[in-house]
Amino acid sequence: MADTFQPIAARPSPVRTTGLVPWVKRNLFADWRSAVTTVIMALIAAYALPRLLNWAVFQSVFAADADACQAARGSGACWGVVTEKYRIILFGRYPFEEQWRPLLATVLMVGGLVLSCMRAFWKPWLVLMWAGILAAFFSLMSGGMLGLTPVRTDVWGGLPLTVMLATLSIFMAFPIAIVVALGRRSHLPAIRSACIVYIELIRGVPLISVLFMASFMFPLFMPQGVTLDVLVRVIAGITLFAAAYMAEIVRGGLQAVPKGQLEAAATLGLSYWQTQVKIVLPQALAMVVPSMMNNFISIFKDTSLVTIVSLYELTGALALALNSDVNWRPFKIEAYLFITLVYFIFCFSMSRYSLWVEKQLSASKAR
Amino acid sequence: MSEPIIRFEKVNKWYGNDFHVLRDIDLNVAKGERIVICGPSGSGKSTLIRCINRLEEHQEGRLIVDGVELTDDIRSIDQVRKEVGMVFQQFNLFPHLTVLENLTLSPMWVGKVPKKEAEERAMVQLQRVRIAEQAGKYPLQLSGGQQQRVAIARALCLTPKIMLFDEPTSALDPEMIKEVLDVMIELANQGITMICVTHEMGFAKAVADRVIFMDRGQIVEQNTPHEFFNNPQNERSRDFLSKILGH
Amino acid sequence: MSTHPTPPKRNWSLNNRATRGLIFQALALIFIAAGVWFLAHNTQENMRIRGIQSGFDFLGASAGFDIGETLITYDPSQSYGKAIWVGVLNTLKVAVAGIILTTVLGVLLGVGRFSRNALVRGLCYAYVEVFRNVPILLQLLMWYLVFIEVLPASNEAISLSGLFFLSKGGFSFPFPETGMTQVMAGACLGIVAGALWRKRTRQRFEATGHLGDMRWTPLALIAAFAVAGWVVAGMPMKWSVPEQLAFMVEGGVSATPEFMAILIGLTIYTAAFVAEVVRGGIQSVSRGQDEAAAALGLNQSQKMNLVILPQAMRVIIPPLTNQYLNLTKNSSLAVAVGYPDVVSIANTTINQSGRAVECIAIIMLVYLTTSLSTSAFMNWYNQRMAIKER
Repeated sequence: MADTFQPIAARPSPVRTTGLVPWVKRNLFADWRSAVTTVIMALIAAYALPRLLNWAVFQSVFAADADACQAARGSGACWGVVTEKYRIILFGRYPFEEQWRPLLATVLMVGGLVLSCMRAFWKPWLVLMWAGILAAFFSLMSGGMLGLTPVRTDVWGGLPLTVMLATLSIFMAFPIAIVVALGRRSHLPAIRSACIVYIELIRGVPLISVLFMASFMFPLFMPQGVTLDVLVRVIAGITLFAAAYMAEIVRGGLQAVPKGQLEAAATLGLSYWQTQVKIVLPQALAMVVPSMMNNFISIFKDTSLVTIVSLYELTGALALALNSDVNWRPFKIEAYLFITLVYFIFCFSMSRYSLWVEKQLSASKAR
Repeated sequence: MSEPIIRFEKVNKWYGNDFHVLRDIDLNVAKGERIVICGPSGSGKSTLIRCINRLEEHQEGRLIVDGVELTDDIRSIDQVRKEVGMVFQQFNLFPHLTVLENLTLSPMWVGKVPKKEAEERAMVQLQRVRIAEQAGKYPLQLSGGQQQRVAIARALCLTPKIMLFDEPTSALDPEMIKEVLDVMIELANQGITMICVTHEMGFAKAVADRVIFMDRGQIVEQNTPHEFFNNPQNERSRDFLSKILGH
Repeated sequence: MSTHPTPPKRNWSLNNRATRGLIFQALALIFIAAGVWFLAHNTQENMRIRGIQSGFDFLGASAGFDIGETLITYDPSQSYGKAIWVGVLNTLKVAVAGIILTTVLGVLLGVGRFSRNALVRGLCYAYVEVFRNVPILLQLLMWYLVFIEVLPASNEAISLSGLFFLSKGGFSFPFPETGMTQVMAGACLGIVAGALWRKRTRQRFEATGHLGDMRWTPLALIAAFAVAGWVVAGMPMKWSVPEQLAFMVEGGVSATPEFMAILIGLTIYTAAFVAEVVRGGIQSVSRGQDEAAAALGLNQSQKMNLVILPQAMRVIIPPLTNQYLNLTKNSSLAVAVGYPDVVSIANTTINQSGRAVECIAIIMLVYLTTSLSTSAFMNWYNQRMAIKER
């Protein structure tokens, strides 16, 4: 039809879709089922929330007063148990006056972890920085130098122990995992079988059995005269455990590197090790950072198991703090909630970071 | 003149509050008519045809398909979807079912046709698109052109009165475009009402009764292919044609 | 003159890739063998010095300790081997119950993430984030604490309608005294009958296009056969009903606080992970499938059952099985709450008999068998169900 064309200006929609009221209508009252659910949940919240707030905040006791807590039993939370015991919970049996040392050591470690997460720090000297941090951590904790009184490793405990076990195990497991992952993909049958056996064995059993093995059997493996510190045994056990899972993650990354990369490297004359180190591993590792973070979160949570082999990290230190103290023992729940919060803050932040990294990776892939 | 099979009356659609994607669309499609819709991306061409089988909802105006007005009423939507077949740019075949199962799914579960009869009808459609020998294969075992032909056959199994094509060849490698276009040309010559969003101007010239050019949510120009390609009336149409026919 | 190409002579030079491979493997094997010998030698020496005996003969010796809850009859005079077997059964009991409950809860949570109602969506999200980010051991200890300290003592248990009792002593519920085996057998026959009915209905559907009832009739059949089983058992009416006595609750069947703690703790923790797996599976099915199904006229439930779910299941099953394995492995933490699973009993055995190596080996063997058989099943299932590609 050859008549003149009249452009029509845009106008806003007659039906509002953004704004509070449309959102509520769509998300809370879309159909009768949704509306009924909203009403029921609102009623439950109206009943439960005031009671919960009452117990947790308004009628709770914050002062470290055992009698006041007993009086408030049943109607108010006793956060006084945290006020009273937080130093034992956080630092274990570490000598009271020296507790600034594990605090400083933990801050250093956590600071190092946070910095390592930032892209700006992914340079070769990061390894040196970590060497420095670990050295500082151990000298602070064990003392015996620079005028610091020596402190035996079996009184280390609480949060510094949790952070140290997780970080150290992951660090040492990392190179082992890369070697095992490469070995798993090797064409040489002996190497490949050895790696498969290791991976499947460790992944098939619970961590607690590996810790038992470390605890009971590692001393038997040592030649005479060599004693193994309990801490060393536990770190070895967690490292072995973590390395098997990380090896599978790295293997996934290796598999995802396109074959064309290997072929290009071959045409350029690179050897097997040169190809792996310069071409394949950088790409593979970059791809699996989110999975690695999830693994780190799991290992962080799993450190709580060392309680069972008598190392008093965060969860164990709580039992230590309360089991023997009759005055405060009835208020274990509040103390548990406290360390739940500590774990939650650590793990939730790490998982948010992991999601952020994933988004960055997919954004860089999409053109 | 008989009643048009599709009628758009002042149809307006918005995405969200402010994106006015279809503006005052007035369009009548006659039975057996073959229409090609073209235009720059973002002009609303896909949205327009997706309104016809209610994959998108319009907020203003009336849209009547084969005598049924499209509203929120589920029964009207179901009725319309039995009469309208759709072919997607990404094929959207069901990868966990064989080609034959893809075709018999709707007749069996919606049309309540016994399995044997559904399979016979499916084989007829597969022969129509010349891919009968792949009936037992799975979609991901076929090439892109083969998959799209299966998708066309699947839509035809509903014996629809109207066939909608949403850029059916845009996701195909060049050497496969011809096999799909040949099937569509054959279909066009068999009298089915067709509305096709495409950039393939050769197809438009060969088969279309009408070419509709859309830009920024409006129908800018509609004419016979001969007139549209040789004598575009509007500056925007001329601009668009120079861009796509230029190289 | 014939011109066969001369067969390539075996090139033993160090530059040959095959030779280098062999040398490398030989070196690796020597290294591993040396390491194993070193460890074994030290172990033998140490065990000799400390007077630790080795061998599995201790399994026949009398255990001498009692076990809190057992599925089979056991008393302290029986052997260590029997005690460990009791532990294995206890592990299986909590693993099976846990897997069933986790699946139900996890699927509900995973599907709830897609609900139209924002409150439901938010609640599911909050649940997943809270329970995933706290260690399982801590959660188990807290649940145990709830059962041990928050609940009232056995002499004044909480009662629900006089039939169910909840206290520090556990959870007691009424249970028929006899006839349950026949009812269960009937129910199993009912399941078979239901499957046959569904098969016949499907065949009729394919032949005529008319779809009969696929859901209620099979359920009715299961119920009918279960009732038949009850009739065969002589229609027993006697139930063992728990009763509040002066010091405790007697009667009925009771679940110990340890079992409740570990079952609830494991379920609630693992369900958070299962919810994420289910959510990932449903999300993985592209929107185009949804649209194509709608364009073909399928209604909501047909779309779900015929198009979306079959594709989602393929993505969900492998990680789901992984979570089941995690639940089974996490049940080893029962030792922290006093539930006598295989690790807990093996631990006691180690303390009493000193046979650390053997007991740890047994624990690892039990779990390894479970894991490897599940992995094998998973590989077979994946191969069968894989979406066939070029």
